[in-house]
Amino acid sequence: MKLTICWLYGDTMNIYGDRGNVLALAQRARWRGIDAEITTLAVGEPLDPDSVDIFFWGGGQDREQIPVSRDIQGEKGDLLRRTLEDGAPMLSVCGGYQLLGKHYHPYGEAQLPGIGFFDAWSEAGPERFIGNVVVESDRFGSLVGFENHSGLTFLGPTAEPLGRVRVGRGNNGKDGTEGCIRLNTLGCYLHGALLPKNPAVSDFLVRAALERKYGVTELEPLDDDLEMIAHQEAVRRAEATR
Amino acid sequence: MTFDVRLGLAIAAGKMSALSIRRLGRGGGTALPGIVSNTIDNDILDKLATRVPGGCVVVAGTNGKTTTSRILAEILERSGLRVIHNRSGSNLVRGITAAFTEQVSVSGQPSGQIAVIETDEAALPEIVRRTKPRLIVLLNLFRDQLDRYGELDTIARMWRETLDGLDSSQTLLINADDPALAAISEDSPATRLTFGFQECAHTLDHLPHAADAAVCRRCGATLTYDELYLSHLGAYHCMQCGYRRPTLDYGATDIQLYGLESGHLALGTGEDALEIDAELPGLYNLYNVAAAAGAALTLGMPGWVVKAGIGEFKAAFGRIERVEIDNRQLVLMLIKNPTGFNEVLRTLAMSAMTDPVMIVINDLDADGRDVSWLWDVDAEHLAEVDAPLYTAGIRSGDMAVRLKYAGISPERITPLGDLDGALDRFIEAIPEEGTAFVLPTYTAMLRLRELLYQRGVVQMFWEQ
Repeated sequence: MKLTICWLYGDTMNIYGDRGNVLALAQRARWRGIDAEITTLAVGEPLDPDSVDIFFWGGGQDREQIPVSRDIQGEKGDLLRRTLEDGAPMLSVCGGYQLLGKHYHPYGEAQLPGIGFFDAWSEAGPERFIGNVVVESDRFGSLVGFENHSGLTFLGPTAEPLGRVRVGRGNNGKDGTEGCIRLNTLGCYLHGALLPKNPAVSDFLVRAALERKYGVTELEPLDDDLEMIAHQEAVRRAEATR
Repeated sequence: MTFDVRLGLAIAAGKMSALSIRRLGRGGGTALPGIVSNTIDNDILDKLATRVPGGCVVVAGTNGKTTTSRILAEILERSGLRVIHNRSGSNLVRGITAAFTEQVSVSGQPSGQIAVIETDEAALPEIVRRTKPRLIVLLNLFRDQLDRYGELDTIARMWRETLDGLDSSQTLLINADDPALAAISEDSPATRLTFGFQECAHTLDHLPHAADAAVCRRCGATLTYDELYLSHLGAYHCMQCGYRRPTLDYGATDIQLYGLESGHLALGTGEDALEIDAELPGLYNLYNVAAAAGAALTLGMPGWVVKAGIGEFKAAFGRIERVEIDNRQLVLMLIKNPTGFNEVLRTLAMSAMTDPVMIVINDLDADGRDVSWLWDVDAEHLAEVDAPLYTAGIRSGDMAVRLKYAGISPERITPLGDLDGALDRFIEAIPEEGTAFVLPTYTAMLRLRELLYQRGVVQMFWEQ
């Protein structure tokens, strides 16, 4: 078996250690004897959905987000949305998360249209939310990460949040929600990187990919001792720092 | 000069608070005196800086500013000048103010003849505005502590504004191997000089993951590197608009690395070339050496003084240090950000050592509160060396996970948690007469030095 992980705009939208997320997906497949390949897709390159099993879409600086938003207008964005609607797994963080919604409105600049996969929209806020976060999620239990965003995301009536913030500010600092989940796609503001310290999320994505591609529904368990030490440490740290 | 009562009071208060903090044994007293002085006279730094007869030199950059400014101060002192310098790396406005109040008389007459000011990236605009430096040395712009500054572009934009506001009597010395610095200094009215590596055999095949500035700041196209030396530093050009690295005024050639011990470079060519040996390891330190030598030559220092000053120089506090403890040798190497960490790991991997390594990660303000940056580090270097690996500090677990996902077997990784408890366990794991490496982040280094001080094996940094 083999999984191909596609890092969307990995050449330009790559701050905050997003490599950790891609690495976690690949390593957790490999440790189960599944080959893993990491590819990137850049602005201007065509998307071939059949060649991708898991997507990752990270954050960028505003300068880098504009050409990306332009790139997903039209056919490429439509194709990406249809692929996710067909159940392709994706993790998106920060900038990528915002562009999966209807639009992102940066401060003092033109609105950047997203692909409208999530019933959500984002706008620049007056304050930057910075710090450790603990999210309680029905599906994954507690999730730990570090938020660093001034963009605020608001969920529409049909959107399901990834979880509720126990420590931190979350989507918009007001309604207590963090992130969004639909089908096998997650969006959130959690850096850290998210996946290595939250192996349940990594395995959700890996399992979804294996089921979609090979009909495999069971994952071989892994020894997550080090991951859980880091997870617990991050929970304690969040509680102590905010 | 008339006696400025407010200034005099501010200086006296600052001096007293530094003294009393040290008596109380509360640490180095490097920032509080500045806070006290600034509270009494807001303009104290402006007033003192303009009274320094030889003017001020400001040194900034993500990596290497402490080392570079200390080398420069050493060279200037060797030439016989008395130098005002924020030596302990306290590089925000208040720490810099404190360094000035310590080195002037109560009447406000500076005892130093020239000032070398290491400044934090975010503080650069204010420090430049207040001290009106004759020379500004810019070393590099790497990704560092994003949670503190927002985004890297913000710093670049801030710096560009500052450089655009200089006048023609001021001089800029920039590392032209950093495309971001070359771009933001283009339009400055100041006289621009450049340093960089003219010839260097130690190259990278591709941009490391932590690299920040791979795009042409003029036209947005991806830059092509003719040679890549370290992170995004190298000789580059843009295929689209023809932009290329500016000509080097101080181009280093004959670059040699001698393991974990020392290095060599030559500045200039032919018979006039200045051959410089430095007791500092790694390519990153040779950039610091080139910067300090270029700055000293720009200030009119003779070549032999530059050479001798660098030759005598010992690494800045904690940057690299050897400590004897219980018949074992600890080599301490400070890690601050992905680029610095990568270079330390590259240096260790090149030496193919098998000694135990302990990486100590804290997440306090000065370390960067977001540990995401660990994922920009090529921990994969450590998969190549056969050394037992320990992690410690507030984020011991994060570092252990980083090592595991680098493909290192979990059996080789021991998370020790809190540094206070970890240190003894680590020392016990080192064979007698053996050597081990400790790689701490900034605040972890401070704590580590305190622990080693309690064991009587190091002095505190303000005594150095």
